[in-house]
Amino acid sequence: MELLVATAIGACTAAGVYLILRLRTFAVVLGMTMLTYAINAFLFVTGRLVVNLPPILHGHGEHAAYTDPLPQALVLTAIVISFGMTAVVVMMALGAFIESGDDRINMPEDDRVMPPLRTVEDQDEAEDEKA
Amino acid sequence: MSPALIALLPFIGALLPGLLVRSGRSVAATACGTATFVALLGLLLHVPAVMRGEVITAQFEWLPLIQLNANFRIDGLAVLFGTLILGIGLLIITYARFYLSRQDPVGKFYTYLMLFQGAMMGIVLSDNILLLLIFWELTSLSSFLLIGYWRHLPAGRQGARMALAVTGLGGLAMIAGMLILGQIAGSYDIGDILQAKEAIQASPYYLPALILILIGAFTKSAQFPFHFWLPHAMAAPTPVSAYLHSATMVKAGLFLMARLWPVLSGTPEWFWIVATTGLITMLVGAAIALFKDDLKALLAFSTVSHLGLITMLLGFGTEEAAIAAVFHIINHATFKAALFMTAGIIDHEAGTRSIARLGGLRKLMPISFAIGTIAALSMAGIPPLNGFLSKEMMLYEASHLELARQFFMVVATIAAVFSVGYSLRFIFHVFTGPEREDYPHHPHDPGFGMWAGPALLTVLVVLIGLFPNVMAGWLVDISASAVTGHEAHSHIAHWHGLNAAVIMSVIAIAGGIVLLKLHKPLLAAWETAPRPEAKEIFDWLVLTAVKAGRAATDAMTNGSMPRALAFFTIASLAAGGFAWITGSAGPITRPMLPIEPVPFIGWLLLIVATGCMVFFHRVRLLALVLVAIVGLITSIFFAYFSAPDLALTQISVEIVTVILLLLALNFLPKRTLVETSTTIRGWDAFIATLAGVGFGGLTYAILRRDFAFDSIAGYMLENSHDLGGGDNVVNVILVDFRGYDTFGEITVLGIAALAIFALTQTLLQGKSSARLRNWVHDQRRAGDRHPLMLVIATRVILPFSLMVGLFIFLRGHNQPGGGFIAGLVVAIALLMQYMASGYAWAQDRQTIPYHALIGAGVVAAGVTGIGAWFNGKPFLTSAYGYVKLPFLEKFEMATAMGFDLGVFLCVVGAVMLALNSLSRIARRAGETVNVKPMDIDLTDEQEEPKGAL
Repeated sequence: MELLVATAIGACTAAGVYLILRLRTFAVVLGMTMLTYAINAFLFVTGRLVVNLPPILHGHGEHAAYTDPLPQALVLTAIVISFGMTAVVVMMALGAFIESGDDRINMPEDDRVMPPLRTVEDQDEAEDEKA
Repeated sequence: MSPALIALLPFIGALLPGLLVRSGRSVAATACGTATFVALLGLLLHVPAVMRGEVITAQFEWLPLIQLNANFRIDGLAVLFGTLILGIGLLIITYARFYLSRQDPVGKFYTYLMLFQGAMMGIVLSDNILLLLIFWELTSLSSFLLIGYWRHLPAGRQGARMALAVTGLGGLAMIAGMLILGQIAGSYDIGDILQAKEAIQASPYYLPALILILIGAFTKSAQFPFHFWLPHAMAAPTPVSAYLHSATMVKAGLFLMARLWPVLSGTPEWFWIVATTGLITMLVGAAIALFKDDLKALLAFSTVSHLGLITMLLGFGTEEAAIAAVFHIINHATFKAALFMTAGIIDHEAGTRSIARLGGLRKLMPISFAIGTIAALSMAGIPPLNGFLSKEMMLYEASHLELARQFFMVVATIAAVFSVGYSLRFIFHVFTGPEREDYPHHPHDPGFGMWAGPALLTVLVVLIGLFPNVMAGWLVDISASAVTGHEAHSHIAHWHGLNAAVIMSVIAIAGGIVLLKLHKPLLAAWETAPRPEAKEIFDWLVLTAVKAGRAATDAMTNGSMPRALAFFTIASLAAGGFAWITGSAGPITRPMLPIEPVPFIGWLLLIVATGCMVFFHRVRLLALVLVAIVGLITSIFFAYFSAPDLALTQISVEIVTVILLLLALNFLPKRTLVETSTTIRGWDAFIATLAGVGFGGLTYAILRRDFAFDSIAGYMLENSHDLGGGDNVVNVILVDFRGYDTFGEITVLGIAALAIFALTQTLLQGKSSARLRNWVHDQRRAGDRHPLMLVIATRVILPFSLMVGLFIFLRGHNQPGGGFIAGLVVAIALLMQYMASGYAWAQDRQTIPYHALIGAGVVAAGVTGIGAWFNGKPFLTSAYGYVKLPFLEKFEMATAMGFDLGVFLCVVGAVMLALNSLSRIARRAGETVNVKPMDIDLTDEQEEPKGAL
């Protein structure tokens, strides 16, 4: 069973990484969703695989066995937070598409040119000229 | 007065000028002067006790866990430096009142100055090296503000930056050194460290700690090769130069070396590093000072030289040398502050500090001439002034060294020759000679307020020179005792008989006179001689670092996101691979669970769905469906492996996410074109496969091994019922054990939803709004937008859905469920109304805005947490009791339920606000809405809302 879980997590990761390397926003959002599954599942299984022992106490005083509840609590909030993250990213992607009519993820070529590097003296001179 | 109060007073004083900003220079100066004077008085009241050999301490716990405590101490060394800082501070405050003009922002100046004074007092009074480090950094910051006080001058800004870069970096090194020192000594209290000499010097970490601490001290005290920042800091107003760069800040490094002298000195490493650095600094500073044209630059390099002298004396490591060092600290502070203030007066009255344009001021400014001449003669070491006494002691110590005696004697004499040379130059090239016609202003002596300070210091110069044992003997004794840790007795005398020191002194004075005579040809030779310019090297270093940083950044993030992400992925993989290769994972200890048929089918579904998703990802709707399959299987996976809460959360989040993506896809293109070459896709697939194999391999490795350390879950399982009042341990962790985390998380979720709302608001305005208005949908709309069956079904289901939500919420503490899941379930129930009956219809019936829900949720959670305070418990401590409602079984009512209610409200609000925002965009894009339920669009061109059927 461990092998199945590990391969499933690996497959989701690979799919996610491949998709976030695409050039359009929607693919990247899907890739992030896949990565979310993989990472949440990974965090969860750090509590190790345990079947039929949910951390719901039944009866008190006896030393019953339960699975580790801590990763579950961490992952529960992680799932909800990752929804928030996906929603923000989707809105940003949508906003960019509506504003520019284009859902490319890269900066346009002419935006990539960096201004020339200025030394401290250059900057001070420029500021003085401005003043 | 408590030592802590003495350290605090300057900070209180720092507030006053800001509050009195409209009252003018005199009021601000009086306020600061009063605070300083009270602090000085408080310090001096401790002198009798200190002279009896007592150490006055005050201790306050601050962060005892990391041994950072606000411990203060007053011993001889603190008295010496405290008197210098506060005494000269008082003079500087007076002087600055008359130096600054009406146009200068005086409130700011005095605030910075007092801040700096407080930081310095903090350093010298700290009895805890971590506390000392905090004040140390504060002096770097406040001196940055002071040096750059004239913000309109580029030289001031550059000088301030350079000083901050050099002293700040040194401070970082010192933090590391101090931490090592504290670790060796087992305590961060100076009192304890001073007792641990053997342990510290025997430790293998002694040398690294020593070097790191010395880097901090050397950068602060402008020792070679870090000396270059000090002259550039002279762009500051003269009161600042006089204060920071003669009496106080540059002495902080010396103070630190003196403070740690008992534990660090006495080793060959200490001698060679400290004494040699001091010697070189003394020589280099003196030589450069001789050729400087700017009066303040001359004094700055002379300060560098004298700091080197004191450093060298501390480096000698003998008690006599330490006595000479503290004596010279006193003397240097008196004559150098007087000289700086004289230079300021000349600058102020004659309009220039350039020596080439000065000369002949003797008759024009007689008072300044007298002050400057006496102070400069003391600097030159002319008897019987105080500078002579300590310089003589220095030469005497150099001639009695055991190691490298001749070397130190020769170099120290040469440095002394230069020192006499520049001191005489200060007198003869500025004051004597013929009067000139071309001074920028007509020079005259300033008012009493301006020359009072330097005059007082000059009187001290003479008095200490004539009666050293009466005037300064006690201060030297108590501070030297504190430095060496033994009772020290100084016997300062003018004449010790004809020894090597006297001969060296005579050589120095004669050589200095020769240098003054030959100054013109020497200057010409100096100007043409090639020499390394420290500032250029520094600028080059900064520029190179910036260029290298930019080159690295540009290589990774040039605007292409796949490129940046690929770099990130590969770097993570490399780091993981490195850890795997170099570490050891331990033996496999867990047996494998047998593979059951049903999970295997699930696995198969997941793998196929994932594969198809990647293959068909260009058909976006299909890809979305396939992603949803993966999500559903993930929730089943959670359910199967004993995590019912996660399964419930995952499945409800899945629904919400798919709806969100569908709504977004409504606007986005439905297909992706092939834009990359096969090669690039091959590389991407390769990186992706590596990541998948790595992550999967890591998962497998973890799954086959037991916990390396005991899980902390044991505590939670045992105490969940008794302390948290709940049987569902996951829920108890969320709302109780780790409630703080959850509180943060719902806040983040709320902020995310508000960010979405804000994004939507901007999209609904301006250009994008116009685009939306003219939006042409690329797909045919369905004719029957609000199908009758769906509308009826969702409305019938709504009360049941809400009841399920309530049920999940109530039972959450003991059974799978809770605020998160209940919130998602209710959100889905409401979303169904939007989907089935339309936005406008649903919106009409919504009375509570979703923002308010988010706010109410955070407030409810917070109030529940605060409630614990009223029971004297820490934030978020929960209490519980049992409640029996009629017709229901008994259930526990924990205060955590209030917290969970907050979670619930926040989740509902956040999810609804996010999706609601998308519908608003759709509406702007011309989506016609029905006012009444169950309308049918008959045509695509439908403009007006249709009535009900």
